[in-house]
Amino acid sequence: MILRVEDLIVACGDKKILRGVSFSIKRGEILVIVGESGSGKSTILKAIGGLLDKKFSIGGKILFDGRDIKDLPDKERRKLSGDKIGFIFQNVGASFCPIRTIGEQIFESVKAHRDWDKKFFRERAIELMENINLAPEVLDEYPFRLSGGMAQRAGILAATILEPKLLLADEPTSALDVVTQIGVVKELMNLRERLEISIIMVTHDLEIARRMADKILTIKHGEASQ
Amino acid sequence: MKKYFAAAGLLIFIAVFADFLTPFDPYVQDLEGALTPPNSINLLGTDRYGRDVLSRVIIGSQTTLCAALALLAVIASVGSLIGAICGYKGGRLDTFLMRMSDIFLAFPQMVFAIAAAGALGGGLLNAAAALAIIGWTKYARISRGLVLSIRSMPYFDAARMAGSSSIEILFAHVLPNIAGTILVTAALDIGTIIMELAGLSFLGLGAMPPTAEWGAMMNNGRSMLQTAPWVILAPGTAIFITVATFNLLGDKLRDFLGGDRQ
Repeated sequence: MILRVEDLIVACGDKKILRGVSFSIKRGEILVIVGESGSGKSTILKAIGGLLDKKFSIGGKILFDGRDIKDLPDKERRKLSGDKIGFIFQNVGASFCPIRTIGEQIFESVKAHRDWDKKFFRERAIELMENINLAPEVLDEYPFRLSGGMAQRAGILAATILEPKLLLADEPTSALDVVTQIGVVKELMNLRERLEISIIMVTHDLEIARRMADKILTIKHGEASQ
Repeated sequence: MKKYFAAAGLLIFIAVFADFLTPFDPYVQDLEGALTPPNSINLLGTDRYGRDVLSRVIIGSQTTLCAALALLAVIASVGSLIGAICGYKGGRLDTFLMRMSDIFLAFPQMVFAIAAAGALGGGLLNAAAALAIIGWTKYARISRGLVLSIRSMPYFDAARMAGSSSIEILFAHVLPNIAGTILVTAALDIGTIIMELAGLSFLGLGAMPPTAEWGAMMNNGRSMLQTAPWVILAPGTAIFITVATFNLLGDKLRDFLGGDRQ
């Protein structure tokens, strides 16, 4: 079991956003979380990714590789983030800093975990880019120059270059046209095949959920029904 | 915008190379030639000690402009860094520093600077310190607000998710993204700081004699406004031109970086 979430409770002051959500995911498995807007789907991913603000209180257990990562100190959390756990954001274009090139930003995340030099990084990145149909020139582009599909693929590259064990994807297809959506779904499925990555994906699209999911978790008013 | 940059550049050039541009030694007295009106030798006349006013205005630009730019660099960088840390970290440090800035902002800046400069004693350095004590607060407020808005951007979370440390995020993602706004604010502030420094010197709380500084030169010529107006008009005009140039440059820079280009 790569991840087991037990009785996850997230509250902001008196307001409970998640009320005891439990689920688990094995290596190479895809879990799709569906539910209406505001039901707490993205909050689950943020809690696993350690992205929730200090104003949120978190209860329950988030066991990653058997270790509770819910209250990890910053230093320990940074070792996991990007290396063992990758994150694809909903608005990937905005998840890149607007004043630095895509390559610079991905290299920065690589540098935080690996002792790669720039040359080796580029070679490795270009190799992966071929697999996700992304031109090598994208590494030298600024985020605002990329189309939605290219930005999404660049986001996939950034999240998977270090071959994490777990990939969290927050509505990765919601801002894309149908053709690009299909491409992104295929690429995520390929990643699972190639790297045996476990994927937890949030989506509104039940068709995508049906095509990708090994398991579906439905969230309603902060509670889960599998 | 190029012409404003060129004008500001020319002023800075004059300030930096003032030592080589003065036609006469600005500190050599010639009492026999005191209060000579502008003529072909002394283009802006002489002051009550017979010193060449043009030379003193040129060398005064070094004192005034360099002090203003140095002061601005300090308050803008320190204030922005404090504000960025407050916005980034939040918590008690944020509350403490922002309440402190509220207290400073509650005082009229010039009144506070006069009081602080008076308490610290005269001198350009103390005048600059007096202005710095209160000047950082504005930059801290602005940068804190900007950082709070950046914290809600996905690229901030993405940087955290990439495993970057707080310091890396602050210097690689946060500060470069607020630099444009800080730069425009600083450009618009140059004029104000020149006026404030000159104002403190005019009141006798800034540069001390015989240092040539525009505010101090105006103070020295104050009593001769009707008999030898060039003594006060020359540094006054220099202040006017410099402040107007930097204000116009700041306006243009704001329009350019703010995207107001339609």
